Amino acid sequence: MRNTHATQLIFELSTQGRTGVRLPDCDVPEQSIQQLLPDNLLQADSPTLPEVTEPEVIRHFTNLSTLNMSVDTHYYPLGSCTMKYNPKRNERIAAWDGFAQLHPYQSEASIQGMLQLLFELQQMLGEISGLPAVSLQPAAGAHGELAALMVAAAYFKGRGETRTKVLAPDSAHGTNPASARMAGFDFVTIKSKDDGRVDLDHLREHLGSDTAVFMITNPSTLGLFDDQVQEISDMVHDQGGLIYLDGANMNAILGIARPGDFGADMMHFNPHKTFSGPHGGGGPGAGPICVTDSLGPYLPSPTVSFCEQSQSYFLDAGDGQSIGRVRSFFGNVGVLVRAYCYIRTHGPDGLRRVSETAVLNANYLLSQVKDFLHVPHGDRCMHEFVASAAPVKEATGLKQPAMDIAKRLLDYGFHPPTVYFPLTVPEGMMMEPTETESKQTLDAFADVLKTIVNESAETLEHAPHSTAIRRPDEVTAARQPIVKWTEATD
Amino acid sequence: MNAEALLYCDTHEWVFVTDEDGQQIATVGISAFAVEQLTDLVYMELPTVGAAVTGGEEFGEVESVKAVSALYSPVSGTVIEVNEGLPDNLDILNSDPYSAGWIMKVKVDGALPANLLDYDAYQRQCGESG
Amino acid sequence: MPFTYNTPAQQAEMLQAIGAGSIDELFQSIPAEMQLGRPLNIPPALGELELTSHMQELARQNTDITQSACFLGAGSYDHFVPAVIDTLASRGEFYTSYTPYQPEVSQGNLQVMFEYQTLICQLTGMDVSNASLYDGGSATVEAMLMACSITRRHTKVIVLESVHPEYRQIIETYFKTIGTQVVTISDPSQLPEELDEATAAVLVQSPNFFGNVEDLSTLAEQVHDAGALLVCSVDPISLGILKRPGDAGVDIVVAEGQSLGTPLLYGGPYLGIMACREKFVRRLPGRIAGQTVDQHGNRCWVLTLQTREQHIRREKATSNICTNQGLFALRAAIYLSVMGPSGMRDVANLCLQKAHYAQQQLTSLDRFEAVTDQPFFKEFVVRDKHGDVSGLLEKAEDFNILAGVPLGKWYPQYEDCLLIAVTEKRTRDEIDQLVEVLGS
Repeated sequence: MRNTHATQLIFELSTQGRTGVRLPDCDVPEQSIQQLLPDNLLQADSPTLPEVTEPEVIRHFTNLSTLNMSVDTHYYPLGSCTMKYNPKRNERIAAWDGFAQLHPYQSEASIQGMLQLLFELQQMLGEISGLPAVSLQPAAGAHGELAALMVAAAYFKGRGETRTKVLAPDSAHGTNPASARMAGFDFVTIKSKDDGRVDLDHLREHLGSDTAVFMITNPSTLGLFDDQVQEISDMVHDQGGLIYLDGANMNAILGIARPGDFGADMMHFNPHKTFSGPHGGGGPGAGPICVTDSLGPYLPSPTVSFCEQSQSYFLDAGDGQSIGRVRSFFGNVGVLVRAYCYIRTHGPDGLRRVSETAVLNANYLLSQVKDFLHVPHGDRCMHEFVASAAPVKEATGLKQPAMDIAKRLLDYGFHPPTVYFPLTVPEGMMMEPTETESKQTLDAFADVLKTIVNESAETLEHAPHSTAIRRPDEVTAARQPIVKWTEATD
Repeated sequence: MNAEALLYCDTHEWVFVTDEDGQQIATVGISAFAVEQLTDLVYMELPTVGAAVTGGEEFGEVESVKAVSALYSPVSGTVIEVNEGLPDNLDILNSDPYSAGWIMKVKVDGALPANLLDYDAYQRQCGESG
Repeated sequence: MPFTYNTPAQQAEMLQAIGAGSIDELFQSIPAEMQLGRPLNIPPALGELELTSHMQELARQNTDITQSACFLGAGSYDHFVPAVIDTLASRGEFYTSYTPYQPEVSQGNLQVMFEYQTLICQLTGMDVSNASLYDGGSATVEAMLMACSITRRHTKVIVLESVHPEYRQIIETYFKTIGTQVVTISDPSQLPEELDEATAAVLVQSPNFFGNVEDLSTLAEQVHDAGALLVCSVDPISLGILKRPGDAGVDIVVAEGQSLGTPLLYGGPYLGIMACREKFVRRLPGRIAGQTVDQHGNRCWVLTLQTREQHIRREKATSNICTNQGLFALRAAIYLSVMGPSGMRDVANLCLQKAHYAQQQLTSLDRFEAVTDQPFFKEFVVRDKHGDVSGLLEKAEDFNILAGVPLGKWYPQYEDCLLIAVTEKRTRDEIDQLVEVLGS
């Protein structure tokens, strides 16, 4: 049934002389290229691109798509990535000419509908976060973190303060330390306690007048709400520092708690997670940031404002304190349009119910797996939890049981959880069911997991058994990287 | 080289010091224990000849598929030679970490740091952490 | 309520299994004083039908470019998008999947990444490409940071003034935070006096923001003599006929990939293209797919060289980037596949011919003149001798023509100038009408 002919590399399907398009004839008087451009600026030969017909292209990429697991086809509880269902109505609307065929340098008068949408989205994100000043420009969560840290740097500079350090707990996403360094800060890792909460003593040790920002993911990557967050915030604020909230896990607290109310000064949203923008095989995302009013003037520009006098929306470059641009044009608008649609179709009650259901689903799944997998941080969680396959290691002698279980899940038609993250849990398996899964699916998944942990070491070690390829050799791939096709490698 | 004759850092580098015309020359590598812990090594960044290294500070990196480890110099001085062929043949670190798997030679400045471990002390440390 | 699947009875069963009395109880770890305790102050929920009407109302307040003849460019171009792209890219298996952490069930995405990387190398003449960054602007700043890291020079970079002004603003934002000096020069002839041993990289755009094609080979020689790297931002469409940057000695190539099969989208999401020389591959930011074999010797693909990335190297990573623009890399891969070498050459030639026709017609009028005699590709600058650029634009809009982008906002010296882009989609009739309206 698999069409392995069509899934050869596109270059291997090429036949000289074919093409997949026919462009119009030139309808202006044609001049020779050499007459228009000097020889030294021209290429000697055409690019060596593949030569294939339109039907070949369709069959090739269609067959390739069937080699992926996706939310539309499979249960995908990839922790920390919020793989919820992507409503199709949002896709259809975002593709309308009235949104998709707007040029970034059209006059503001000709895009009032778009500006209104973006303005209202700023306001809604400000309300959901409790942080009223919003920039929609960053292109992804990590990009938002970086932009916010630059905002913090500009804020301190504006106050004549020199603060060099950014702190974050050891369970933080790798983007936190990487963003801190890119924004010119030194990074300090703060320990977590055994219960997954921030070690306040360790924090106190490193907190000082040189602390610029403490970055906290709350709910954390362990799926726990750190109830010390207000205390942490007070400690950091006492030292004159700022709190950054990594909004990766906002799916747990929509309409229930707001970062601005529990001590955060800055945060980003991941609309491709929380507000259902499709993940696109790795992107696009978007990374709007929300900050307190006192940090607002430093946000990346432009933002959208409303002029009472002319009763129209306009791109607002700010008052000169902005850190400037972090991206060309307005931002990842297509993702923002989907987020707007998502928020508008849920409303205040619906958003709250999203989080309630996401948390209910996660707790239910936890209750169904805790008897055969170790869940080190207790019987309750927020929207996700981290189980440990360490007991399986003891029982079977497998070296990497979390990986083996993940691979075996593929045989049963489930996408595995995130494995080996956060690094603080040995053999960690981070499960995030999301609100768009039914009890039946969660039951089926838990049953399969139970079956798997009782399977023989041999079965697990050699899983998956049913996929077209199995356990690629990543060592050779990294030692002698082949990162493009050439005729010789074939 | 005999593993028992070497000195070790608690960060798993080994060093062997010879005297050449009154000048101490240190040969530096990483221990078999470290190689095993890092699993399949895929890449190593060597220091450049002529570079200054400082005892206890980073001089290079070694990578496995999903981990990076810094290499710390056991001694201070100037790099006079590096094992050019090693990055292309990292399996040597598995088969012969203490001879063919040497990483760099350093012309030592001043005395050797006092905190280097002998073989037995290093083995005890590995026993605790492993 | 959309998309919540469990009936009240099922919810009760689930709560019982958890051992909780209510859903509220599950939120007990959030102290009461931290809870909102009121509904969010956002508009009430809309059903699909109501949403559709509301969005139609918003869309109606936008004049999209399909209602006009669009001569706007400046980094975002109205090129033709073949139907196959939307058909394929809207397959759920592509757009609702994520980063290929499990290669066994992500071979489709991984192979697309590998093909995309190859296609970008073929197009640019570079050795290696990553699997995409956010957009042309942020890719440019990532390339400059990468050049600083490769050369270990962190004090100074040089940027040509003819690079997209927004890209330069991004570089300014990033580099002022880390204290690297950005020297802007107005002309390559100033390079010798600014280029020194502290310079990490020189950034040039070709065709530049004004549409003019730069002599990259000569620049590359100068830059390399100073031990610096040449970073070049290109228009991928131009590489149907222009010399490939890899053949001209460029070290890192970046580009806005929107032209390769993505509509305008009011500026995003777009596609950040980045490719470099082989020896810099371990400094390249972003995801990279690599070829390998599986346990049974079957050829397959995996994410590779992951130790460069933030999830492993954390504060020492080559960049903080996590997501890429997978869906738009897919679109570019499909675009380049259907176009092939002849399609790319044809589209580039059509742009070249039509832009020159438009430029020659406009500058033959008394009112307009060219500002340079440098060769150009699909975009050019004309000066309005009457100095009334905004009047011209308004008049053109009355005839449903988006005539061009005014330059005064970024370049005071070009306050009386328009930047006009002509893609293969513009017909002779549209060009003639543009000339007639602007000239009348």
